[in-house]
Amino acid sequence: MSDRFEPVIAVLCCNWCTYAGADLAGTARMKYAPNVRLLRVMCSGRIDPAFVLRAFAEGADGVLIAGCHPGDCHYINGNLKTMRRFPQLKTMLAQFGIEPARVRLEWISASEGDVFVKVANEMTGQVRALGPLNWKVRAAVEPVSGLAEHHAG
Amino acid sequence: MEPRVGVFVCHCGTNIAGVVDVARVAEAARTWANVVHAEDYKFMCSDPGQAMVKQAILRHKIDRVVVAACSPRMHEATFRKACAEAGLNPYLFEMANIREHCSWVHEDKQAATLKAIDIVRMAVAKARLLEPLETRSVKVEPKALVVGGGVAGIQAALNLANAGIKVVMVERQQSIGGRMAQLDKTFPTLDCSACILTPKMVQVAQHPNVTLYTCAEVEEVSGYVGNFDVTIRRKATYVDPDVCTACGICLEKCPKKTTSEFEEGLTTRKAVYRLFPQAVPGKPVVDRESCTYFVNGKCKVCERFCEPKAFRWDDTDKVVHERVGAILVATGYDLYDASALGQWGYGRFPDVITGIEFERLNNATGPTGGRILKKDGTEPKSVAILHCVGSRDRNYKEYCSRVCCMYSLKFAHLLREKTAATVWNFYIDMRCFGKGYEEFYNRLLHEGVKFVRGKAAYVTDQPANDDEKGRLVVSAEATTLGEVLRVPVDMVILASAVTPQPDAPAVARRFGMSLSPDGFFMEKHPKLEPFSTATDGVYLAGACQGPKDIPDAVAHGAAAASTAMALISRGEVEVEAATAQVTEGACSGCKVCQDICPYAAIGFDGPKKVATINPSLCKGCGTCVATCPSSAIVGRHFTDQQVLAQISALFAG
Repeated sequence: MSDRFEPVIAVLCCNWCTYAGADLAGTARMKYAPNVRLLRVMCSGRIDPAFVLRAFAEGADGVLIAGCHPGDCHYINGNLKTMRRFPQLKTMLAQFGIEPARVRLEWISASEGDVFVKVANEMTGQVRALGPLNWKVRAAVEPVSGLAEHHAG
Repeated sequence: MEPRVGVFVCHCGTNIAGVVDVARVAEAARTWANVVHAEDYKFMCSDPGQAMVKQAILRHKIDRVVVAACSPRMHEATFRKACAEAGLNPYLFEMANIREHCSWVHEDKQAATLKAIDIVRMAVAKARLLEPLETRSVKVEPKALVVGGGVAGIQAALNLANAGIKVVMVERQQSIGGRMAQLDKTFPTLDCSACILTPKMVQVAQHPNVTLYTCAEVEEVSGYVGNFDVTIRRKATYVDPDVCTACGICLEKCPKKTTSEFEEGLTTRKAVYRLFPQAVPGKPVVDRESCTYFVNGKCKVCERFCEPKAFRWDDTDKVVHERVGAILVATGYDLYDASALGQWGYGRFPDVITGIEFERLNNATGPTGGRILKKDGTEPKSVAILHCVGSRDRNYKEYCSRVCCMYSLKFAHLLREKTAATVWNFYIDMRCFGKGYEEFYNRLLHEGVKFVRGKAAYVTDQPANDDEKGRLVVSAEATTLGEVLRVPVDMVILASAVTPQPDAPAVARRFGMSLSPDGFFMEKHPKLEPFSTATDGVYLAGACQGPKDIPDAVAHGAAAASTAMALISRGEVEVEAATAQVTEGACSGCKVCQDICPYAAIGFDGPKKVATINPSLCKGCGTCVATCPSSAIVGRHFTDQQVLAQISALFAG
């Protein structure tokens, strides 16, 4: 293996569209960068911004949030809530000094295995170019981690 | 008490073990907190594999199980059941997907193994915090909805109705019958389509267990498996079917003609009409769009001749509510608009027609009374049939439409039988896969039909020599000869692609289905469950799932019916156990969650000033959980603690 930086990208995704889309990429034996790790919730509407903060605080170099296309949500409109939350999350992350390219929202349906592959590769490349986030080293980690702990109750 | 986690790593033959070092994954798992047992095995989902899990649960007093194998969409149910059989609550199981999300998508063995270890570590972190959940059952409404009255829907409805299940059938058009009703002969047996279909149409309409709504559409669907609430709009027909005797005098007397959709625009029908002579139901309806009375305010000629006085000019749309346990979607297919395929001349040259138009030309009840005629009324001396028009073509539809080869052969046979014409078939491959199909092809090879292996590039009326003057010229590369042919003919039949219905995306949304990349409805599993969808209780029948010939559509309809029957005869179904729950002490009563819930499952306890969640309505999406500003809602099975533990575990390597 070379000394090339290998980022870790946490993928927070819904069960019905994006998780199934990633399954389809697998069934079709498409190949993509091994840097992404999927974490499944039932609906992208379940994705609490605290999850994203926790991921960055613990060592993620990038976070992908992914769900069904608007209008196709398995739970009618949970993804629209995600869509509304995302700009606020992005603004907050920017205030923390996290580059915008490190967090991304994508709609990937159950039939879009190829889109999943494309996004996984693209994001791996972009985050690799940015270099490690090193949140634990770079910033005062306590407030962020503390917030997440508080939220976890 | 500390949780005792057992980890089981599957090889899946070489599917996983060929890329991921499974022994190393199990070894890593043994070093993690609370993991009391870890092993790997060739096929965890097999009987011995499941037995292994069950024995280990008992032997090592395991109370949390992690299986690292395929997607939970594949085998979560299998292993939950195995856990339950060993006396463990099925929700104390977590699946780690190291096949679809790892071994199948990565080639670097080292990187894939490290990723698999991360995936399993995340699953173990969640498993430690899993809590038992109670599965609840609800009664299944012993009634099914069939959407679409083509042959697939008819077969499904009949099977259900014959099993004693009440069926509501909704058909958009005036009559059931669908595409099959438009066909003349059917391949390869050449039996008449109407002769085999119309008895089934009558049977379904007269069945005591079937309620048939024609000129109707499903507007809204709510609820869940076993208990769907369906809103159906029955369009105003302006004829009282209980009074009408279907004598047909109004069809004769109506002075207004409009394009006949059933005859593919080759002829006209009246403004008061039935779709075709053998329509079921046979009572005519008024087409408001073209009726002179509705357009100009006067006419009502039909009414003057109607003896039983069946016309109701003040008729309005009626909205019907039905509660059903299962829904069968059988909305069929459409055909590629040939006028969008300019190179083959449809729309420019009158004697370039589509396959479905040819079906009508050849039909005794069709516009020419069954005679195969050009637009000028003469018989063609030579006819070209072009296969794969819009199919197997990356510019249009990449897939094979599956029926065109066979109906093209059928057309060739009928042309040879009824006319003296020379018949040319331009094809890419001859796909004759069904029972008796190859035999039919062999028969045609001896009927003097000319076969050119090569897709027609274009059809032109520009002659290159005297022989081509005033005729249509088909240009194609004959790949077996290695030369470009120009064949002058009098008529061209386009085997245009089978396509999804234009409103398939909207229909998919209404019933909670997805679309495949080809635009047809997506099945739950392409091989093992081609008749189910990702939404429990919603099934697929016929060509709405993908192009199908009649035998396949009928078989698909019957399969969907039997699956729905299994659900209905079981009588009850387990519903989502992983619902949201309010922690009363933490709730501030702000009611933000009430607006957020897509199912109106959240109520408010006035005296206590706290939100309440109705577990029967909650689907467990967790949107309220992420929204609650006080973290007062627990999304069971996906709690904040569980998800955050997974995230932390991802970086604990």
